[in-house]
Amino acid sequence: MRKYALLILLLSSIPSISQNCENTLSGTVTDLHDGSLLAGATLIVAGSERAVVTDLDGKFTLKNLCDDTYSIQVSHPFCLTKGFTIKVSGNTTKNFKLEHHLEELNQITVEGKAYSIKSKTILENTISKEELERFSSGTLGDALNSLSGVSSLNTGNTVVKPLINGLHSSRVVIINNGVRMEDQEWGAEHAPNVDINSAGNLTLIKGAGVLQYGGDAVGGVIVAEASKVPVKDSLYGKTLLTGASNGRGTSLTSQLTKSYQSGWYATVQGTLKRFGDFEAPEYVLSNTGIFERNASLHAGFNRFDYGIEAYYSLFKNEIGILRASHLGGAQDQIRAINSDRPLIIKDFTYDINAPKQDVTHHLARIKGFKRFDGFGKMSLQYDFQRNNRLEFDIRRGADRDKASLDLELNTHTLMLDLDSHLTDAVSLKTGIMARFQNNFADPNTGVRRLIPDYDKYDLGIYTIVDYRLNDNLFLEAGGRFDYTFMDVFKFYRTSFWESRNYDELFPEIVVEELDNQILTNPQLNFYNPSATFGATYNFNEEYKLFLNYSLASRAPNPSELFSEGLHHSASRIELGDLRFNSEVGHKVSLTLQRDNENFSFSVSPFINTINDFIVIEPTEIQQTVRGNFQVWEYRQTDAQLLGVDFDASYALAENFRFNHQFSLVKGYDSSQDEPLINMPPVNTKNEIVYQNPEFKNLRLALQSEYVFRQNEFPDNNFEVFIPETETMETVDVSTPPDAYHLINFNSSIDFKTTQTSTLTVGFGITNVLNTSYRNYLNRLRYYADDLGRNFLLNLKINY
Amino acid sequence: MRNLKFLATAIFATVFFVSCSNDDDAPDPVVEQEVITTMTVTLTPNGNGTPVTLQTRDLDGDGPNTPVVTSGTLATGVTYNGRIVLLNETVNPPENITEEVEELDDEHQFFYTIGSGLNVTTEYSNVDGDGNPLGTQFTLTAGAASSGSLTFTLRHEPKKPNTGLSDAGGETDIAATFNVTVQ
Repeated sequence: MRKYALLILLLSSIPSISQNCENTLSGTVTDLHDGSLLAGATLIVAGSERAVVTDLDGKFTLKNLCDDTYSIQVSHPFCLTKGFTIKVSGNTTKNFKLEHHLEELNQITVEGKAYSIKSKTILENTISKEELERFSSGTLGDALNSLSGVSSLNTGNTVVKPLINGLHSSRVVIINNGVRMEDQEWGAEHAPNVDINSAGNLTLIKGAGVLQYGGDAVGGVIVAEASKVPVKDSLYGKTLLTGASNGRGTSLTSQLTKSYQSGWYATVQGTLKRFGDFEAPEYVLSNTGIFERNASLHAGFNRFDYGIEAYYSLFKNEIGILRASHLGGAQDQIRAINSDRPLIIKDFTYDINAPKQDVTHHLARIKGFKRFDGFGKMSLQYDFQRNNRLEFDIRRGADRDKASLDLELNTHTLMLDLDSHLTDAVSLKTGIMARFQNNFADPNTGVRRLIPDYDKYDLGIYTIVDYRLNDNLFLEAGGRFDYTFMDVFKFYRTSFWESRNYDELFPEIVVEELDNQILTNPQLNFYNPSATFGATYNFNEEYKLFLNYSLASRAPNPSELFSEGLHHSASRIELGDLRFNSEVGHKVSLTLQRDNENFSFSVSPFINTINDFIVIEPTEIQQTVRGNFQVWEYRQTDAQLLGVDFDASYALAENFRFNHQFSLVKGYDSSQDEPLINMPPVNTKNEIVYQNPEFKNLRLALQSEYVFRQNEFPDNNFEVFIPETETMETVDVSTPPDAYHLINFNSSIDFKTTQTSTLTVGFGITNVLNTSYRNYLNRLRYYADDLGRNFLLNLKINY
Repeated sequence: MRNLKFLATAIFATVFFVSCSNDDDAPDPVVEQEVITTMTVTLTPNGNGTPVTLQTRDLDGDGPNTPVVTSGTLATGVTYNGRIVLLNETVNPPENITEEVEELDDEHQFFYTIGSGLNVTTEYSNVDGDGNPLGTQFTLTAGAASSGSLTFTLRHEPKKPNTGLSDAGGETDIAATFNVTVQ
């Protein structure tokens, strides 16, 4: 700790240059591509706090310079920040050229960060602000679903969990504004607690290439970043209002930013979302409403060579879970599965009753950075997250309104990172991370703890080196090591403890024996190495090849280790295993990309071999007084996933474009030689877009989405005795639903209302044909159809 | 620059706070509220005689042990007054769940399913506030000598009134089958 402090104190004593010199440096800043003059570009003389901004003609003048060599950093909100070395001798003129780093307006990648946290040898998929706004009333998972290779594991249509190349939950790391989300992401019915409206852009990396935040992303990494605030005096904002017919709800989100020339800025943002019961084509999906309230505050001081920022966000979400999905034993399951319609259908309402989830997530972070000449950029970040998760089941009597699950997860993380250019061609990024996490399960629920109380300590260290060999070949290598220590207090049922032979294997961890429970204190250590190696090769201006190998290792999560009991939302008994070790994945991915105005495409095959893959699957039927339940046990096996993602975009004619996406993934349990459960079926999306920038930026898009039937699945069916008929009946929990085809329509048009404000009106229809369908990856597919037709009206004002 | 110093102080303070808030106290055990471990059906012969007891008892709840089932033998031609008692024996003293079921009588109903070989008939003896069957009390008349299964099912929030188990819906709170002999 003392070292950090010394470092910080050191930072505060950089002397400024004070010499009596009279030279002037003047010139213009222009766009490298089209030569247009860039107004509002900031020039900073490194080593001093002197800065000037270009005027409307892109001109600048720096006075009082000596005959010397200066490092000058030139930045502009829409461009890559670039450093120049200038020799000043007398009054000097110099014109600077900057490169637009993204063509799309408004999509501004966070300076520095965009290049250091993400992998350069895995193709990244990005969702721009404009596209994100179309999902304003949806969820993060819905937006990600629009990318090839991403599907989602749903619980109904409001709990949407991203699934990257077939993997989800703890295998997908979500970085929200530079903070790794710690929000009980292990559960399949736990959606990411991120307000989609707080993100300026979303980036997806299908691999573990982002070592800065952890080496355990066996599936992939999702990065949500806030928009960059320009260093100039301005005040701007936007408000988005969406109304939707299905769910009869609205979503309102607003954002306001104030920034100053001096580098200070502040942004406030808030979202309010309220929907009632959603509807399938033929009936109301009772108790599927949602009530979401979010707010975030972002403030800071940003200069080229140092800066500090603070961020706080509150995410609160109340989600109803389909009433008909809450079941007793296997006999109820049979009735529910065999019925075409949900067993409980009530009139539409905005009320959200049990079963439901109520999640509150606080995230606070503070970060400071300082650049040192010839050394690099040093940043220090502390973040705190508090996740409180309440789940309500159908209960009897006095406990009716009491949560069945009440977990509070607190996480503190400290990160120190160094970003350094060793030479022009080689850059280095390295850092250390310390994390403390505490989980508290409230015993007042009157239901045995699903996740036990624990303290978890993580320590990580990483280094990534980039090497630009020549203009065409770029190499990247990185390594990371994580140490995890878990100190757990867990009550086991005596009968379970003995049936697993834990009484002989782990007698030393027993703290106390109660009537029918045993209190234990498992202390677990995990050592996880991870690495990434990759190369990018440019054949020419258009063609590019990415090749990457990532090694990821992930410590088992608390639910895989300690689950023990009935999971109501799945109507099954889930059992974890204390003996698990870390899961290790090896992923090789290759991408061939063509970037061309008229016809661009990318094809990305991958192969992911995972040793000690933790999978949950049914093992037996357990009898209880309540009837029979299927028992699902976690076990470790070796898994193999392979697939390909294909994207293409073709300009049919002026303003007309055809977009195509195709994703395929196959997953096998190689030790048992059978398919893995919940692998996304093959799917393809085809879209025709008309966009006319000359006529109010009118955009019309017609999309077809075809999802094939999943033909490879493990057989987890079981039989149960039905007393009424005195027969054994099969409970079919395995057979995937049929293929389906959905048509969606989307349109938008811009109106300039005043000089500085634009009104965008959008109208869309999803599931235009009101098709009844069930999705293999929706956990509630046994009980009800998916959503029917939905009309969406979208109003956006930029000001 | 002052900001950075402030940051350093803030981080120190936080780390200090974290290290202090970490206590190693063992958590309290959960008192399980809603588990039904035991169902006892007492069949008392009309007039007098020794009651017959049918019981299913699963002291580890959802744990791996299977319920212990005790069955009984009925006498031909005898009518029994049946009484169902539900207990949660994971707590001490055991909690009587029947009281809760009877209090919320409109949300519950017992169903009696008689296997094809068994010659008995049943009839509800108690009803809820709306006059619909509840069934924690019932009468059972044993017919000719026979044997077969007798299943008791308790449904939570069934459709009321209903025409039987297949029509009732709701969630199964109890499903217990006994092999019963009439002789």
